Amino acid sequence: MSSTSTQAWRGIAAEEVEEVPSDWTGLLRRRTRRLIGSVARPHKRAIVLITIAIVVSNLAATAIPYLVGLGIDRGIAGARHHDYVPIAVITGLIAICALLQALLYRVFVSGSGRVGQEIILQLRERVFAHFQRLSLAFHEHYTTGRMIARLTSDFESINDMFNLGLDTLVNSVLSVVGVGTILLVLDLPLGLVCLSGFVPLYFLSRWYQRESTKAYRVTRNAMAQVIVQFTESLRGIRAVHAFRRAPRNDEIFGELSEGYRAAMSRSFQLLGIYWPGIVLVGNITTAAVLLYGGWRVIGGEMEVGVLTSFVLYLRRFFEPLAEVSQFYDSFQAAAAGFEKLAGVLDEDPGVPMPAHGAPLPAGGLKGAVTFSNVRFAYREGANVLAGFDLDIPAGQTVALVGETGAGKSTVARLLARFYDPTEGKVTIDGIPLEALDQHSLRRAVAMVTQESFIFSGTIADNIAFGSPDASEEQIISAARAVGVDSFVHTLGDGYESDVGKSGSRLSAGQRQLVALARAFLADPAVLILDEASSSLDAPMERLVQSALRTVLADRTAVIIAHRLSTVEIADRVLVLDSGHIVEDGPPGRLLAEGRGHYASLHAAWRDSLV
Amino acid sequence: MSKPGGRSFASAYRSLWRLRSFVRPYNRQMLVMLACAVIAVAASTLIPLVLEAVVNGPIHHHNRGALVPMFLLALALGMVEAGLIAARRRVQSVAIQMVEREIRNDLYARLQRLPVAFHDEWQTGQLLSRATTDLGTIRRFLGFGAIYFVVDGMQYAVVMALLFATYVPLGAVALVTTLPVIWMAKRFGAGYSHISRRVQDQQGDLATITEEAATGMRVVKAFGRGPLMQDRFGVSARTLRSSSLELVRLRARFWGWLTLVPNITMAAAVLVGGIAVAQGSLSVGALVAFTTLLVLLQFPIIDLGWILSMAQQAATAADRVCEIFDATMSIDDRPGALTLGQSTGRLAFEHVGFTFPGSDRAVLRDVNLTIEPGETVAIVGLTGSGKSSLAALPARLYDVTSGRITLDDIDIRDLTIESLRRHVAVVFEDPTLFSMSVRENIVLGRPDATGDEIAEALDIAQAGFAYDLPWGLDTRVGEQGLALSGGQRQRLALARAVISRPSVLVLDDPLSALDVNTEALIEEALGRVLQKTTGLIVVHRPSTVALADRVALLQDGVLVAVGTHHELMELPAYASVLSVDFTSPPEPSRTP
Repeated sequence: MSSTSTQAWRGIAAEEVEEVPSDWTGLLRRRTRRLIGSVARPHKRAIVLITIAIVVSNLAATAIPYLVGLGIDRGIAGARHHDYVPIAVITGLIAICALLQALLYRVFVSGSGRVGQEIILQLRERVFAHFQRLSLAFHEHYTTGRMIARLTSDFESINDMFNLGLDTLVNSVLSVVGVGTILLVLDLPLGLVCLSGFVPLYFLSRWYQRESTKAYRVTRNAMAQVIVQFTESLRGIRAVHAFRRAPRNDEIFGELSEGYRAAMSRSFQLLGIYWPGIVLVGNITTAAVLLYGGWRVIGGEMEVGVLTSFVLYLRRFFEPLAEVSQFYDSFQAAAAGFEKLAGVLDEDPGVPMPAHGAPLPAGGLKGAVTFSNVRFAYREGANVLAGFDLDIPAGQTVALVGETGAGKSTVARLLARFYDPTEGKVTIDGIPLEALDQHSLRRAVAMVTQESFIFSGTIADNIAFGSPDASEEQIISAARAVGVDSFVHTLGDGYESDVGKSGSRLSAGQRQLVALARAFLADPAVLILDEASSSLDAPMERLVQSALRTVLADRTAVIIAHRLSTVEIADRVLVLDSGHIVEDGPPGRLLAEGRGHYASLHAAWRDSLV
Repeated sequence: MSKPGGRSFASAYRSLWRLRSFVRPYNRQMLVMLACAVIAVAASTLIPLVLEAVVNGPIHHHNRGALVPMFLLALALGMVEAGLIAARRRVQSVAIQMVEREIRNDLYARLQRLPVAFHDEWQTGQLLSRATTDLGTIRRFLGFGAIYFVVDGMQYAVVMALLFATYVPLGAVALVTTLPVIWMAKRFGAGYSHISRRVQDQQGDLATITEEAATGMRVVKAFGRGPLMQDRFGVSARTLRSSSLELVRLRARFWGWLTLVPNITMAAAVLVGGIAVAQGSLSVGALVAFTTLLVLLQFPIIDLGWILSMAQQAATAADRVCEIFDATMSIDDRPGALTLGQSTGRLAFEHVGFTFPGSDRAVLRDVNLTIEPGETVAIVGLTGSGKSSLAALPARLYDVTSGRITLDDIDIRDLTIESLRRHVAVVFEDPTLFSMSVRENIVLGRPDATGDEIAEALDIAQAGFAYDLPWGLDTRVGEQGLALSGGQRQRLALARAVISRPSVLVLDDPLSALDVNTEALIEEALGRVLQKTTGLIVVHRPSTVALADRVALLQDGVLVAVGTHHELMELPAYASVLSVDFTSPPEPSRTP
C-alpha cells in the first residue's frame, strides 16, 4: 500500500484535490519551488549569461526614447544653425543601440530556449525514471492515462512558459526597473506619480496568484481525466466496436472535455480581470502624467522634450507590466504542471532497489527459494497470505495449483519482487530479494505473465527484450524451442517483421509464444510462468512442454497453470487454498494417494479431454 | 513509427481553414472579439495624439485650464481600452474554449468509429497528441494569433496612414524601412512549418513510448528492463529536444530581425524629421507625435514574430487533426443500409477471403461455411491458422476482402453497423474491461438489462465472485479500478456477451484462463444458451468442442474439413490439433 493514508499530503495525494486546505498550500508550493530550483540550478551560468544579454539589450532599447528626446531638444537646435553633426551623431547612436538590442535579443531568445529545452529534457527523464522505479502497487492505482498526462500535457504547459513567456518576464522586469529609474531621474515628482500605480497592482497580483493557482490545479486534473478516458477507450477499441459503446463513450468524454473547458474558461476569466486591471492602472497613470506634466511644462518647470520622453517611457513601463500578467498566467499554468510532477517525484518507490546490491555468489545463483513467515495484503485488512512458509531447493520445478483467489499469483509476484511482503522475507540462495540490485534481481528471477505484452519493434527485438546482448543465433534458437518459428514465416520479414502496435496482428497464442521465448532467452536462475501457455493450442503446448523439460531441467521454476498438462512436468505440486499450502508432493504421489484436492482436479481435467 | 507528415505546407493552411466550420457557430463572438480588440487598440493609439494636442494646445498657449478636458479625454480612452480588453477576454473565454471542446469531441467520436484496422496501424500516443497538444495549439491561434493578426494589420495600416497624414516624407521613410518584414516573414514561414510538423510528430512518438512503457510495465519489471525503456524514452525525448531547439533558433533569428526594424525606422525618422523641423517644414509637436506613433508601429511588427510562429504551428496541427477526419471510414453504414429488427441467426460465409490491410498474405481463403439458426460450429486450427481473424469478421471488426458474409441471407455490409452488432456479440481472447462498475461493464451492449437478467448472465458465466467484491456489482473495475485476475475478467466479458441476447454469439477462445472446474460449469450453462443461439466458437480444447454441433478445421486460412467431432477425429490433422496425449513423444520442432 502506498503511504498516502498515513502521511496526508505526501506524494500524489493532493493530485486530484481541487481545494487544498490552506495549511497545505504552503507545503505544495515549497515542494514545487524546490523542484523548479533543482532543475534550474545546473543552468545557473547560462541563466546569468542570458540575463546579462537581455539586460544589455534592454538598456540599449531603453536608451532609444531618451536619444529621440535628445534629438528633438538638441539635434534640431543644432540643425537650425546648420550644424548637422549633433543630429547625425544622435541618429547613429540610435542605430547602434538598435543593432545591439536586436543582436542581444536574439542571443537571449535562443539561449533561454536552449535552457528551457534542457530543463524539460532533464526533468522528463527524471520523472520517467521515477515512474520506472515506482512499484506496481503504485501503477495499479495511478493508471497509464495519468502517467501519460504527467509526461506529456504537464510538460506542454512548462514548454509554453519557456517558449512564450520567459523573455517577456525578464524583458518586462528590466523595462520596469530601468524605466522606473529613468523616470525618477528625469523628473522626481512626475516619476513618483508613475510609481504610485504599483500600490493597486500589488493587491491585484496577490489576488490573481491565489485564484489562478486553484484554477490551474483544476485544469491539470481535468486534462488528465480527458487523457485517461481517451487512451482507455482507444486501447479497448475492439470491445468499443463489438458492444456499440461509442455513443455512451461520447457522452462520458463530452462531460470530461466540458470539465476541461470549464476549468480553462475559469483561468481565462481570471486573466481577463487581471490583465485589463493592469492596463487600467497604466492608463490612469498616463492621464495623470499628462495633466501634471503639462501643468509643469506650462509653469516652465519642465521641457517639452522631457514630457515627450516621459510619455514614451510610460508605454515601456506599463505595456511590459501587462505582458508580465500574461507571463504570470503561463507561469501559473506551468507551476500547476510542476506541482504534479513534484508530487510524483515525491512518491516513495514502494519496492526500492539498492544501487549496489549484495554480491552474487561466484558461480552464479543456484536458485534455492525460501518464503519465511510471509504475510501479504493488497488492501489493508485482507491478507492474501499469512504466515506463509515455503522452501524450494535449487533446480526444482514447482507447480502451484488452486482455485482463483487462492494466492498462487501472489506467491509468484512476491518471488518476482513486484511487491514486497508486508511481513516476513523472501530469499534466493539465502539472499533477501530486497538486497539485490535491479541487474542481479533480473539475473535471478524472470516471470512470464498471462498478459504477454508485446512492444513495438520486431519479433527479434521482443524476444531479446530481456537479454539485450543475445546473438541472432540465440534468439532464433529460443524462438525455435517454443515454436515461434512455426508462424514467423507468415509475417513477411520473418524475425525482422514489425509487430505493430502492441502486437495487434498477432493472436493471443502467438503473443504467448513470443513471451515464452523471451523468458527462455533471459535465462534466469528462477523462472516463473503464470498462466503462460493458456492460449496455446494442443500441439503448441506439447512443443512448449518439451522445451520446458529441457529448459527447466537444472533450473528452479514456479509454474501456475489451470491446464494440468503443464503441471505434469513438475517435480512437485503445491495445492493452495486461501493462502495456505494444503497439499505438497510430487504429482505422481498426490495422484496415487487418490483422495486429495489435486487428484480430484486431475480427474476432472482428464474428463475434460475426451 | 510515426505517421509520415507527407502533406504540403499549403495543405496545412487549407486544413486550418477547413476547421472554420467549428468556428462558424461562434462567428458573432469572433466578430465581437475582433471589434473589442480593434477599438481597444484604437483607443490606445489615440492617447499619444492627446499628447500632441496637449503640446500644441494648452502648453503652447500656456493655458492650464485647457489641460483638464485633455486629461479627462485621456482618462476616458484609457478606461475604454481596459474595459474592452476585459470584454474580449470574457467572450473569448467562452467561445474559443467551446471551439476547442467541439473539435476534441468530434475527434474522439471519429476515432471511436474508425475501424479496428486503423487502430492497428496508429499509435495511441500519436492520436492522443493530436487531441491534446495540437488542439491546444489551434485554440491559442484562434484566440490570440488570428485576432491579433487582424488587429495588428489594421494598426499598422492606421498608424501608417496617420504617419503619412502628419508628414508625407516621414511616412514614406517609415513605409520603406518596414517593408523588408514581408520578405523575412516569407523566408521564416517555410522553414518554421516544416520543423514544427516534425516537432509535433515527435511529441506523438514520445507519448507513444510513454504509453508503451506504462502498459508494458509488468513485463518491463519482470525482466528488469527499466534501463532499456529509459534509453528509448531518452532517445525520443532528445530527438524532440533537438527539433524544438531548431525551432528556437529559427525563432530567435526571425524575432531578432523583427525588433531591429522599428528602431531603424525610428533612427531614420529622427534624422529626416529633425532636419525637417530645423528647416521649418514640420512643427516640433508634429515630430513628437510622429515619434510617439512610431512606437505604436513597433508592436504590430514585433508581434508578427509570435503570430506567425503560432499560425504555422496551428496550421501543421490542423493538418495533423485533419488526417484523422480524412481517414477512410472503411467500415461504415452503406447508404440505405438496412436495420435488421429480428434475426434468426443464420450466418453464412460465402467464398470469404481476408487479407490484413497493407499485407500481401491472405489470412483466409475461400472460406465457405453456413451456420443454421441455433447451430453451433467450433473452429479448430493451429496457432496462426486464421481462427481469430475469422471470428472478427461477423461483427465487421474487419471487412472481408473477397466473398461475403450474410446474416439471414443479407450481406452484413448492407446492414447498419448498429443493428448488426446488436445481433452479433463477440467475446475476445483478451477481455477488455472499462473503468466503470461491474454492472456497467456487463450491460455494455444492452443498457436496459434488468437485475434478474444480470444475475442470470453472471450465473451462466460463473461470475458469482462479482457479488463478493468490496462494493458488489458497483465495484469499479478496469484500469482505474480494482485489478481482477485474467480468469475473472474473462468471466465478466462472457457475461457481457450473454446478456446482450445476440442471435449470433462469437466466442474466441473465451475460457483459456479458467480452471477445469469453472470451465466445466460454464460450458454446461453455455450449452443451454447456445441451443437458442447461433454459435461460432474458436476452441483449443476438446472439452469446448463438446459445445459444438459441428466442427470446422482451419489450416493456413483454408477450411479443409467440416463435420462432427467424431467424423473429424478420423483425420490425423484434426486429431493432432486436439490431441492431448502427452505420453507419446512430442513432435519435433516443425519447420515451415
